[in-house]
Parts: sequence; structure tokens; C-alpha cells
Amino acid sequence: MAENLEPIKAKDLGINDVEFYEVDQKPTVGFFGHMRGFWVTFSTMFKKPLTVEYPEVKAPTEERFHGRHQLNRHPDGLEKCIGCELCAWACPADAIYVEGENNTEENRMSPGERYGKVYQINYLRCVFCGLCIEACPTRALTMTNEYELADDSRAKLIFEKADLLAPLRAGMLMPPHPMYPDMTDTNYYNGDVKQAHPSQELDK
Amino acid sequence: MSDVAVEMITVVIDGFEVTVPKGTLVIRAAEQLGIQIPRFCDHPLLDPVGACRQCLVDIEINGRAFPKPQASCTIPVETGMIVKTQLTSTVAEKAQRGVMELLLVNHPLDCPVCDKGGECPLQNQAMSTGQGSSRFEGVKRTFEKPINISSQVLLDRERCVLCARCTRFSEQIASDPFITLNERGALQQVGIYENKPFESYFSGNTVQICPVGALTGAAYRFRARPFDLVSTPSACEHCASGCDMRTDVRRGKTLRRLAGEDATVNEEWNCDKGRWAFKYITAADRLKVPMIRNESGELVEASWPEALAVAAEGLKAQKSAVLVGGRATHEDAYGYSKFARLALGTNDIDFRARVTSDEEREFIAAHVVNSSTTYRDIDKADQVLLVGFEPEEESPIVFLRINKQFRKRALKVISIGSKESIAVEKLKAQFIKVAPGQEAAAVSSQNLTDKSVILVGERASESAGLLTAVAALAQSSDAKLAWVPRRAGERGAIQAGAIGNLLPGGRPVSDATARNEIAALWSVNSLPSNIGRSTSEIIAAVHSDEIGALLVGGVDPLDLDDNHSALAALDKAFVVSLEIAPSEVTSRADVVLPVAAVAEKSGSFLNWEGRARSFDAAVNDSLNRSDLRILSMIAEEMGTSINLGTVTAATKEIATIKDWQGERSKMRSVSALAQPNLSTNEALITSWRRLLDLGTLQEGEENLAGTARQTVAVISEKRAQALGVADGDLLKISTAEGFVTLPALIENIHDDALWAPRNSRGSQLLTKLNAVHGEVVTVVRA
Repeated sequence: MAENLEPIKAKDLGINDVEFYEVDQKPTVGFFGHMRGFWVTFSTMFKKPLTVEYPEVKAPTEERFHGRHQLNRHPDGLEKCIGCELCAWACPADAIYVEGENNTEENRMSPGERYGKVYQINYLRCVFCGLCIEACPTRALTMTNEYELADDSRAKLIFEKADLLAPLRAGMLMPPHPMYPDMTDTNYYNGDVKQAHPSQELDK
Repeated sequence: MSDVAVEMITVVIDGFEVTVPKGTLVIRAAEQLGIQIPRFCDHPLLDPVGACRQCLVDIEINGRAFPKPQASCTIPVETGMIVKTQLTSTVAEKAQRGVMELLLVNHPLDCPVCDKGGECPLQNQAMSTGQGSSRFEGVKRTFEKPINISSQVLLDRERCVLCARCTRFSEQIASDPFITLNERGALQQVGIYENKPFESYFSGNTVQICPVGALTGAAYRFRARPFDLVSTPSACEHCASGCDMRTDVRRGKTLRRLAGEDATVNEEWNCDKGRWAFKYITAADRLKVPMIRNESGELVEASWPEALAVAAEGLKAQKSAVLVGGRATHEDAYGYSKFARLALGTNDIDFRARVTSDEEREFIAAHVVNSSTTYRDIDKADQVLLVGFEPEEESPIVFLRINKQFRKRALKVISIGSKESIAVEKLKAQFIKVAPGQEAAAVSSQNLTDKSVILVGERASESAGLLTAVAALAQSSDAKLAWVPRRAGERGAIQAGAIGNLLPGGRPVSDATARNEIAALWSVNSLPSNIGRSTSEIIAAVHSDEIGALLVGGVDPLDLDDNHSALAALDKAFVVSLEIAPSEVTSRADVVLPVAAVAEKSGSFLNWEGRARSFDAAVNDSLNRSDLRILSMIAEEMGTSINLGTVTAATKEIATIKDWQGERSKMRSVSALAQPNLSTNEALITSWRRLLDLGTLQEGEENLAGTARQTVAVISEKRAQALGVADGDLLKISTAEGFVTLPALIENIHDDALWAPRNSRGSQLLTKLNAVHGEVVTVVRA
């Protein structure tokens, strides 16, 4: 067995040692022979074109296309990101930088003890593999379908937290603000909070 | 100890034979074979407890098997023992998996917000030993999270696996049993006594040894993950204990420091100051560019060549002296020493920026330089005598080492002083109570043997005749003598000759052979031969116009006795200041040159033993240069070369200097002063610096300052009665210079004495009273 496993050394092989197989291909013959090739071009004139007039026209991507990231919010506006850095840990391209910070009563950005103070994604590095999304324990980080990520400087392609945060929707309040009354962070994760409570705005 | 022959025992673990000393635990014997048995509570420096049950293995002795798996961390090896770990025994493997499942029943799934995540023994061993799922379907036990058990340590009780490492450390290593396991069953939890926070000087070690994230440090909370950090082995710059450390840096900013492992010095421990005082490095007011004083007397930013030229010109134009604080590294101190001799042509250099005496300088030359007493001598001592030295406050690792021997074999400790300290109580030391200034007589009456160790602190210089008595006692009893300074750089400065009566390697300045050896090394014809001035003499010489310029590196003039005179001297002289941050010196300096802090440079400290504690730069992208590089540039500018462009060059040069083999200089004996007569309202003050106080390197560390001991004035029962005060009543302590007002505390102290912390909030004795030890102060009820 052992001698069969010996690797073949490249220098032992000459060009003539490699076997070639000839493929049987019909030569193009005569006028109709040539027209057969043009027919392919001609026939597309009667088909619906696949190309679009980008950027005037923008075709929607597939639903699960990996585009720009988004940092989501709870239904009352608090951030879902807890600054745990698991996304940064999972990232094979070292594109994510996170710094955590304590939530305090005066400055609450997310339910629980911790939030992400600094959140940066470097789109010069990102390979859109989505491992960060899989790593995120709170579903804070997801990907949108937005693919127009080109700019004229390297600095502009490092997206800050403000660039990545999801917009406020109806019923959301801009943090910092207190948690929903009588709710714990577990309630938030279980989806018990549906929208902001009036007292959250008043206490702000 | 290891000098005695130890019986060896051979056991079989997983089919492999291993021979270990009798008494070795099974888990340790397995380690020697490279077999890792999972564990939480086991720690090699703590007594076995068998609390977590994670290390269960199958054991059979001479053919008789234990009926159930046993905890390998509590069972010592025996002849004929056959051990099967999880690798060979399915029973042990299943038992370990079961224990892990039980430990995880109540452990919260909050790893994403837990600081331990990524370096957590529970995470790791749950992966290696646990099973992927749990059969537990109930609701996990929850506690309020987190609670502050001190301003520095946070406790998250949900995460605790009740391994008792923290409580055992506090009790067995630090002798600060401030935390215990309360309640029983599922509600068992680590707790503190009511109204008594976990204010131990060693509390940070419990955070480091916690195998889960139950104990976390407030300062590092949520700052980083292990993979963010660049770790550099380093040495502690805070005191002369010489702890091995690890500095963790993220993006050029030190985020935390951990105790390193060095069995010969700090074992695996360090103190809270070393662990948590490092914000001074990143302080906003750090000096970054050179500054020079312009015609109108203002400090303005300047370029390096300009500042160096002004510095060189000023130092060259007049007689100059060098004041280098006790915090310089060995290499930097060597740079200052060489600079003074070659560029300035003087022996007027002194590293002692504190209350000193000439007696001390002679003591250093005669008994400290090249001395070789070590921690090992404490381990072997029959008794330890503490003179002018409060180990827990002034060199915490020395305290831990004495405490270890005290707990292990009831090492006899004798302390001579005026106030019984907490450490003296903890060590059950024989406390010899004397009036401040009268320690010498008590020292002379001690009976020591050649196995005893005398540990004398830097404060001994404040009591005339004390060092003479200590030297005489060491001579007559043949006991080991060690001088334990407080600052990290003092021993290195002595070895480097940054003092007026010594050249590098302990060579006396007064000895022609010694001078020639160093002159040959430095390639010069001769070196100045007169004994240089001491710190106070240098200041006096500035006032009498004998010295016109001062090169000052890392000195706080407020640490000197008579600091008014020191400040006036700095105002008067041409001052070149090498500093990391603005200080009383830089505000008076004519040229300010920024230098690198310890984390930004490489080098070494010599701890009190004289052992080199070298370190690399933890922050690599700093533009700050070490002191000796700047000294080299000034010397170059002055037309002399000291050839110390890099730390490596200095290290190489220092390595070529052999210790002085010739005769040491003799110490002139000094006799003690008579005790002054005191009226009723007068007392003799005594003080020391606390570990956590207003020290410059602790600035900005609010969490750390929160665990500092209370500022009090300690008086005796008798004085309290005479003054009619009780604990907590305010006392006004005054001298001709000023006064401080402090709450009284009645403790075991000499009736003539009054103790107050030297540099704590509200009690800055040097600046307010200009009295720290043995001076008469007036004490009245405020």
C-alpha cells in the first residue's frame, strides 16, 4: 500500500506523459452553417431583456440577499444590541468593532445591564457572509437588502452605530429612556413589549 | 520544606505510571501526566475543599475500589492507587457530565453580557465535559444582579457555582475573612457582613480566580473581550514587592492588569493598587510635547531640538545636581547616574524623594546595596522582625508571604512601632510598643538567631539611631537583614548608583579603585571623588547659590520634609524636568521634557530583594521616550556622550558591571534622640502611607479609592480619657505650620503617640503639618 501513496513528483512528468483526448467537433460549413450562429443573436430581439437601466431602475434583490447590516430596536425604541461582541468574534474578516458600556438609570439604551456604546462595521473588509447575524444572541444585528455600498473614501465606508441603527417606527421612542414599566429584560426578549408606554416618554 | 528528603509514591493514572511526592493530590499527579481533570474549586495555592464535585474520578487502592467516584482534588495519592479519569472510565465521565448538568441548572444563560465570556472555565469545561442539552425544565433561580460587595468588586450571585475560591482566598491568603457563604441549599450565596463591605487590599485576586463571572471588577466591566486584548507580561511599578503582572491593552489603552505567576515572588497574587491603578497612563493631562519657559515667564510648547538645546545650555552654564525620584526603572536610574557623573561632572545625585537622613545613606552603602535577602529567607525564617515597616500597607506581597508562613507554621513575627496595625493583629505578632523616635532601644534588646530575618522599612530613617541599632543587631545576631523601600525604583537606583556616595554596582565613591573601575567602563579618565550631596543638601545648596541648576525626574516635592524650602529651591534654580504629567516641578521648571510611563517603555525594576523584574512596553504605539533616551540626547547636546540611546544598550552595559567585591564603606553610628517632654495636649506624631491614598499613580481611580481605609487619628485610651473624646469625635492636630482635623479612633497605641495616615484625604501630614514621625504636635478636641 505504502508505495502507492507516494506522491508523484512534478519533475518526473514530461508533457508527453499526459494523455490528451480529441473532441469530435463539426466544422462550420457553408452559408447556413454561419447563419446558425447569428440566429442566437437574432432570436433574443424577441425575448424580454434581462438587463435593467440601473441606476434609474432598481430591481429588487432576492429576499434573503446579504446587504448592509441593521441594528434593530425593541418595539418601544430601546436598542436590541447589548454590546456583547459576539458578532466581532464571529467575523472572519475582522470587520466589526464593538465597545460595551453599562446601562444606567439616567442613560438607558437597551434593556438589561449592557449596551453597545461603539458599533462599527468596516465595509471595506466585510464579505457579507452573515456569520455575525448567526452569532447575534438578541437578533439585534440583521442584514437588509441594501447593496449600494460604494463611496469615495475609506473612512466613509466604516459605518458607525448611527448609520446602522434601524429607524424609529410607530410606537417607538428615541433612547435613552427607561424600560417599559414592570417589564424585565426577559419580557423584552419574549416579545411582551409591543410599543412604548406613555410613562417612558415622561421619565425621559 | 524541600531541603528534607520526601517520600515518593508511584500511582497509575489512566494506565500511565507517575511518581510524585507523598501528599500530592490525585488531580496534581494527573496534571504531571498531562491529564486534565475538569475542576472549579481546586486551586494549587488554596486548601482543598471538594466543593464543586467536578473532578470526580474512579479510584481503586490495592484492588479495592471506592464504591463511587471520588473528588480527585481532595484525595492524596497512596501506594497501589489506580486512578481512572473521564478518559478511561465511563463511570467517571458520566459522573462529571452529571455534575456539570447540575451546576448549569441554576447558571444563567447570560454569557453575552458576562465579562468572563471567552475566558471562562465554566464555558470551556461545559464544552469539554458537559452535554449539549439539559433535562431541566423548571425556572432558574434568580437573584438581584449585580450587587456591589465593595466599590471595586461586583457580585452576580446567579452565576456563582459555590466553589468557595473567593472565600478561601480571603481567609487563607489575605486573612481578610470579609466574605462568606451564606444560606444553604439552592439559595446558598456569597455574602458580605451587614454594613461591612469587602474592603480588603487583596480583593482583586478573588475576581481573577473566580472560575465563573460571579465576581467582576467594576473598572473592567463590559470593556472588552479576551480576543480584543493584547497581553504583555509586565512588572508592577507601584511598590518594591516586585509582582509579576500581565497588562491587557486594547487599541493602545490599558484596560486591566492581572497578577502574573511567579512562585518565587508574588506566587499568583497581587494587591488592588497594582491591579487597578493604571488610569494615570491615559490621563487627559499627560505631557506630550516639550515646553520651555519664555521671556515673559510662561511655559510654551517647543520643538525637541529647541528644548534640548535650552536644557543643555542651562545645565552646562552652572553647577548642577540631579534629583531622580524612587520610581525610575533600573535602566533609567543608571542613565541619571551616568549623566550626573559624565555630563554634569558631579556626585550630587539622590533618588530619595522622601524624609531621609545621612544615617540612611550610609546604611544603604554599608548594608543594602548588593544584599541578597529574599522571599525565600522569609519562608525559612525562625522569626521575622519588622522595624519601621508596615508590610500590608507598604509592601503587600511581603505581608502575604509572612502571612503564609504564619498560617502554615505559626511563624513568629515581632513588630516594633508605636501603633498596632491591622497586619500586626492578623499575624498575631508580638507588638513592642515604643514612643515614636525611641525604636532604637527596643531593637537593641531583641534576641535573634542566624535564621531570623529583619525587615526594615524606609521609615526607619525618620528615627535617629534606628538604622544604627538595626545594623548592630544584624551584625551581632547574624540575622538576615533586608531593607524594604516603598517605591518600586529605589533598589534599582541604589544598584545604579543614583546616590551621592555610591557608583554603579555598590562601589563606594570614596574608593579610588571603585572609581577607576567605573571610569574605565565609561571610557573617561576620572570621576568626581567627593561624596555627593543628599536631597536636602542639594536643596540647601540651591538656596546658598552653590548649585544653580537641577535636573529633576519624577519627583514630587511635596513628598519631602520641609517642602516649602524645596518648592522655593525649584523656583530659584534653573530646572529641567522629565515628567509624565504636570506637577509641582513642571510648573516651576524652565524646560519640561515629556517621558514615557512604565506601560509605554521597556526596562526593569529591582524589587526589595534586588531581583530584576523586567518588562516590555505594553503600549507599542506611544511616541513617548524613556528617560534615558532623553538624557542621552541632552548629554549629546552638551558635548558629552553617555551612549545610552536605548534601554537595550543600558541593559547590556549594566550586565557588564559586576557587584563590588572590595570593602564596603562603614556606617558611622548615630545615637537616638532623647524623648522630648510632653505637656498634656502634646503628642509625638507617627504615620505611614496607606496602600490606597492620594498617591499620584492612583489619580482618577475612583472605584479603587472607595476601598481605601478610613482616615482617622489614632490615640490611646488614656489620651482619649484625658481629652474627653470617644471614637469618631473630631481632633485638631496642629504644629507651627498648620493643622488637620480628623475623627478620633481609640486603638492600641503608645500613650505619647498619635497616628494619622501620611497622605490620605484630609490628612496630608507633610504639606499641612510638616511632621510625620517623632515630632511634637498639639492635639485638642476640635
